[in-house]
Amino acid sequence: MKKRKFGLALSLVLAAGTILGACGSDEGDSKKGDEKKKTENFKVGLVTDTGGVDDKSFNQSSWEGLKKFGKEFGLEEGKSYRYLQSEKEADYIPNLGKFADGGFNLTFAAGFLLEDAVQTAAEQNSGTNFALIDSLLMDEDFKPVFLDNVAAVTFEEHQGSFLVGVVAAKQSKTGKVGFIGGVDSPLIKKFENGFKAGVKSVNPDMEIIAQYAGDFNKPEKGSSIASTMYTQGADIIYHAAGGTGNGVFTEAKNRKKNGEDVWVIGVDRDQHEEGMPENVTLTSMVKRVDVAVYEISKMAMDGKFPGGKESLFGIKENAIGIAESQENVSKESLKLVDEYKEKILKGEIKVPKTDKEFAEFEKSL
Amino acid sequence: MQNLLKNERLFNILVPVISAILGMLAGAIIMVLGNYDPVAGFEALFSGMFGTPKAIGETIRAASPLILSGLAVGFAFKTGLFNIGVEGQLLVGWLASVWVGYAFELPAVLHVTLSILAAAVAGGLWGMIPGYLKAKFKVHEVIVTIMLNYVALYVTADLIKRYLYAGNEKSYRIHESASLSSPFLSQITEGSRLHWGIMIALIAAVIMWFILEKTATGYELKSVGYNQHASMYAGMNVSKNVILSMTISGAFAGMAGAMEGLGTFQNMTVLSSFTGTGFDGIAVALLGANNAFGIILSSLLFGGLNTAAPQMNFDANVPSELIKIIIALIIFFVASGYIIRVIAARFSKEGK
Repeated sequence: MKKRKFGLALSLVLAAGTILGACGSDEGDSKKGDEKKKTENFKVGLVTDTGGVDDKSFNQSSWEGLKKFGKEFGLEEGKSYRYLQSEKEADYIPNLGKFADGGFNLTFAAGFLLEDAVQTAAEQNSGTNFALIDSLLMDEDFKPVFLDNVAAVTFEEHQGSFLVGVVAAKQSKTGKVGFIGGVDSPLIKKFENGFKAGVKSVNPDMEIIAQYAGDFNKPEKGSSIASTMYTQGADIIYHAAGGTGNGVFTEAKNRKKNGEDVWVIGVDRDQHEEGMPENVTLTSMVKRVDVAVYEISKMAMDGKFPGGKESLFGIKENAIGIAESQENVSKESLKLVDEYKEKILKGEIKVPKTDKEFAEFEKSL
Repeated sequence: MQNLLKNERLFNILVPVISAILGMLAGAIIMVLGNYDPVAGFEALFSGMFGTPKAIGETIRAASPLILSGLAVGFAFKTGLFNIGVEGQLLVGWLASVWVGYAFELPAVLHVTLSILAAAVAGGLWGMIPGYLKAKFKVHEVIVTIMLNYVALYVTADLIKRYLYAGNEKSYRIHESASLSSPFLSQITEGSRLHWGIMIALIAAVIMWFILEKTATGYELKSVGYNQHASMYAGMNVSKNVILSMTISGAFAGMAGAMEGLGTFQNMTVLSSFTGTGFDGIAVALLGANNAFGIILSSLLFGGLNTAAPQMNFDANVPSELIKIIIALIIFFVASGYIIRVIAARFSKEGK
């Protein structure tokens, strides 16, 4: 492909040289013009945050979703689907703008760090669609706002937390499990209440200890909370605490080395590797960003772009579930998980998100 | 050529220019080796730097904090000190400007001025610490400033989380009255984020030149930089001058932070890693030969290169990282300016 482009450029230069007496910038303009004319071509882009496209997390997963979409519909990488890596925070807005200027129909912004930038870019380029992953747009008072050309993609983490709660209840030997949250916020409350509901659904007598670290980036705090919980008799801890959760893994590994039978449940992606070599990861609650990116791209291509509203992705869309590494999960647990999945899909179980909803849920058991 | 060599001043200008050209040429060679199209690459690069009014606006916007951090490095260097702590002083200044911009409600001109002063004072104090330690206890400023960078990074992050946290890892936004952004500038550059900060950066460059070249204080500062012992013998207070130099340098760096806080972003993010602007200041000062005017030019070059990197990636598929390589090579060539001198001298002899 590159060779062909070079050939084209070369012949253009030669042609321009003989006819016009050389004018280098002409070739670029005409090339761009041709590209703009092909509006029937669907073009979709992705702007990463400063983590870059190989961050083993959000950005990478988004790009995988886009690649899958591109390959499936025969789009040309680099032209019809591509990403731009943000080196600095200041790059977010220009990068989003580049896709808009380049005639891209839809541009994804990977992660809530780009929230401000998406808002600005969407206002400046009202003719182009954007999709913000894992966040709503917020105004200055942090109230959600909606723009017609922005789709806000969020996930039903409480459903996945429910499923790992089922596994925890089924496999706990002490009858006690723990939950460690990063910061006490409505988002992390979804994880906590979903998890508690899952545990209680399997066994209402289970005891659940929940605690918040107050920070997403304090592994040492994660370790000390985990240590207290394990000492109190919990044998499985579910963490929704980002970097703080790494401390939970450290504590669990130390205890496993000393022969204790303790486990951690990972979050957001398959955290099996974090538990190695002591193998302390029981399972993980995974958020399939790639699935969401793929689906939104497809909707946009079909002219059904969900702009101006929140697009929820959950079990139904296969965007939330338990991790693929299942060597530590028993067959009975897996079977039970499938049963509960069905129930959630059919609407027989409505997984609680807030403390209030959980209190009602517990009563109904 | 020989006349040229004799003219030391002209040569000092030529070395950076030749280095920049060589850096670009080497970049082109790397593009060819990497199987990219260098013609398309450079076309995209230049159009991303100054091809459109928007690109020009973004280039100048990116240059504003670079000028100030370059001045900070250059000022310290002219007085014999290595301020590697510009990054930390910038972060402290950024936070101070946002804090004042958010916490007070004042008339526009007064508010902006106060916010910028707050940034300068905060950066100055942060720079004063290594200056004081150097003057009193002979602790090398390089070590202290590097360590203080990390202290600044984590302290600012913690302070935002404690007192200014608006959510999504960001601080509250500053009030309109403290903002440097300008709808007018944005409009004439077709929607770039160009803000009035460039004026402040240019004024700061004049101030640096004025202090160093036209005042007795500046003369003392330079003198202490050239030879401490002689200066002491001449009756100058070496300790005072070292502290003063680091403080002024830190104040420039703090104002670079205000460019980001009051201009580009209007708030501050809870940063988990350095912005790099402070470190780029070292490169800028080196390329600009620590001269106020040179620093402005080299800031425009580096600001433009950084701004254009995504454009090059977008239009010509050349990875943005290539820009980092080009910048590194330019620095390399400047640093080896001595070699260029020798070669040039030989050529001129052979020419005779």
